[in-house]
Amino acid sequence: MTEPGAPIVEIRNVSKSYRRENLVVPVLHAISFDIAAGEFLALMGPSGSGKTTLLNLLAGIDKADSGVIRVGGVDITTLTETELARWRANHVGFIFQFYNLIPVLRAVENVELPLHLTSLSRRQRREHAETALGMVGLGHRLDHYPREMSGGEQQRVAIARAIVTDPTILVADEPTGDLDRVSAEEILGLMEQLNSAMGKTVVMVTHDPRAAQRAKVIRHLDKGYMGDAATQDPV
Amino acid sequence: MLLLKILFRNAFRNRLRSALTILGVAVAILAFGLLRTVIDAWYSGVEAASASRLVTRNAISIIFPLPLAYSEKIRQIDGVKRVSHGNWFGGIYIDEKHFFANFCVEAKGYLEIYPEFVLAPAEKKAFLADRKGFIAGRKLAARYGWRIGDTVTLRGTIFPGNWDFVLRGTYRGRDETIDETQFLFHWAYLNETLKRTAPRRADQVGFYMIAVTRPEVAAEVALAVDKTFKNSLAETLTETEKAFNQGFIAMSGAIVTAIQMVSFVVIFIIMAVLANTMAMTTRERIGDYAIMKTLGFGSGGIATVIFGESLVISLTGCLAGMAATFPAAKGFSQGLATYFPIFLVSAETLWLDLLASLVIAVVAALIPTRQAIRIGIADGLRRIG
Repeated sequence: MTEPGAPIVEIRNVSKSYRRENLVVPVLHAISFDIAAGEFLALMGPSGSGKTTLLNLLAGIDKADSGVIRVGGVDITTLTETELARWRANHVGFIFQFYNLIPVLRAVENVELPLHLTSLSRRQRREHAETALGMVGLGHRLDHYPREMSGGEQQRVAIARAIVTDPTILVADEPTGDLDRVSAEEILGLMEQLNSAMGKTVVMVTHDPRAAQRAKVIRHLDKGYMGDAATQDPV
Repeated sequence: MLLLKILFRNAFRNRLRSALTILGVAVAILAFGLLRTVIDAWYSGVEAASASRLVTRNAISIIFPLPLAYSEKIRQIDGVKRVSHGNWFGGIYIDEKHFFANFCVEAKGYLEIYPEFVLAPAEKKAFLADRKGFIAGRKLAARYGWRIGDTVTLRGTIFPGNWDFVLRGTYRGRDETIDETQFLFHWAYLNETLKRTAPRRADQVGFYMIAVTRPEVAAEVALAVDKTFKNSLAETLTETEKAFNQGFIAMSGAIVTAIQMVSFVVIFIIMAVLANTMAMTTRERIGDYAIMKTLGFGSGGIATVIFGESLVISLTGCLAGMAATFPAAKGFSQGLATYFPIFLVSAETLWLDLLASLVIAVVAALIPTRQAIRIGIADGLRRIG
């Protein structure tokens, strides 16, 4: 168990480039920084600055060209695809801009989905999923399909899915990017609550300054280079 | 369980496309099933053949006769239980379009050798007692509305003239694989007529049917028969009934091969159609698969969902096609009774239908699955929104 304040994520000299046909496009240049346990970090930067790539790297859904990424003491750059999949299932909760729910599954089934990789019984899975949906205020919409819910509700289902496995970190990629202002405020409030009340470490990519203001720490990326951290006073 | 839900619901996510693909598979399976049934119908004589029966014919060709005198010599060979003889008559009823097999046979022995032709005792007695009598399979009698006592005239082709026969009985097959469209009359009637009209053709038979004591001695008896008539004016060729019937089919082997090839081409075409459907659905769902991978599902989970969806579509189409095969085969059977007296959808054909649909599903899902597994999560997620 990582002590609050101690780094839960350590990123050292991480570089990443993409190959576009015959062209190598560098995206991240020797990035190094830490994320403390229980931190709510906002990664900001203009489009193409590499923030989503960085988020993907520390969440284990993409591989760095070089450098070390240690999450909860595990160097995830050395894991195989299968090990990485297992590690993601146990340690990372994902929240995406477009919610990324499975359209053919009901809300409760979407939340249950990651629990199918655990040893929980069917009843336990259902109980966990219902609890998670209750936490995000959707206890009454268990059997609704994503198409039957608003964007804000879908994002809350996605948050419930992200927290249902009790992950080490929550990563959110533009979680309010597709929402109206009211829904966006609700989602940000929920994430704040997960961070403050439940002690979840949250890493959020956003280009929206209003969203970033809800984070405790803001880091800026520009053209693949990381700027200094700006710690915000709690409001 | 949840993966099962995903694959079932995915299969009907685009209802029109799925329905059209299922319809395509159903039609392909129906065509495949019917073509296989045609092949089965072709081989029905072979399948119905007994291992305890031998056929002896002229070694040069079946069109050349054998002397009637061979009958007693064959009867004396060890292992021979019964001997009968007959001729292909080749008579025409009304015109050439109304074709059915008609033989003249040594009736008493023939009916003993063929117990699968079931005849009521009274009708059998009446038939054996009447030289001009004939028996017909019940399907043949029903086709022309013949009743016991009716006179039927065949126009002889091999044996010219108009030949009148009186229906003395209708036989039924012991089981559904027995041809119920044959027309059998007394060889003696033919022979007596020939003695008057064409004496040189009398006392000649087209073939001998031999029942052996046990199937194991069939080969030995066949050799003994042929050895007996070696270096005679009419050497014989004796083979099992199955081999004899297969010899006939071999004459139309190219047609059977063509039908077999077409049946596989049909399967290949629908395989391509389903592969196209699966390629489209996988491309549309690449985001879903990326989400599943993000959540920790491995290649096995993704493959389960894609192969499962392909299987659901293919098997649904297969079941619909199989269900449609029975009424279609019945229609074919009625329409083509002249050429295929036995036209039954066999259990083997149904198993082949199932196997074909499994192969279709697996092959169609192979490349889409490979693509879905190989695509990076980040690339897959980028396609959402």
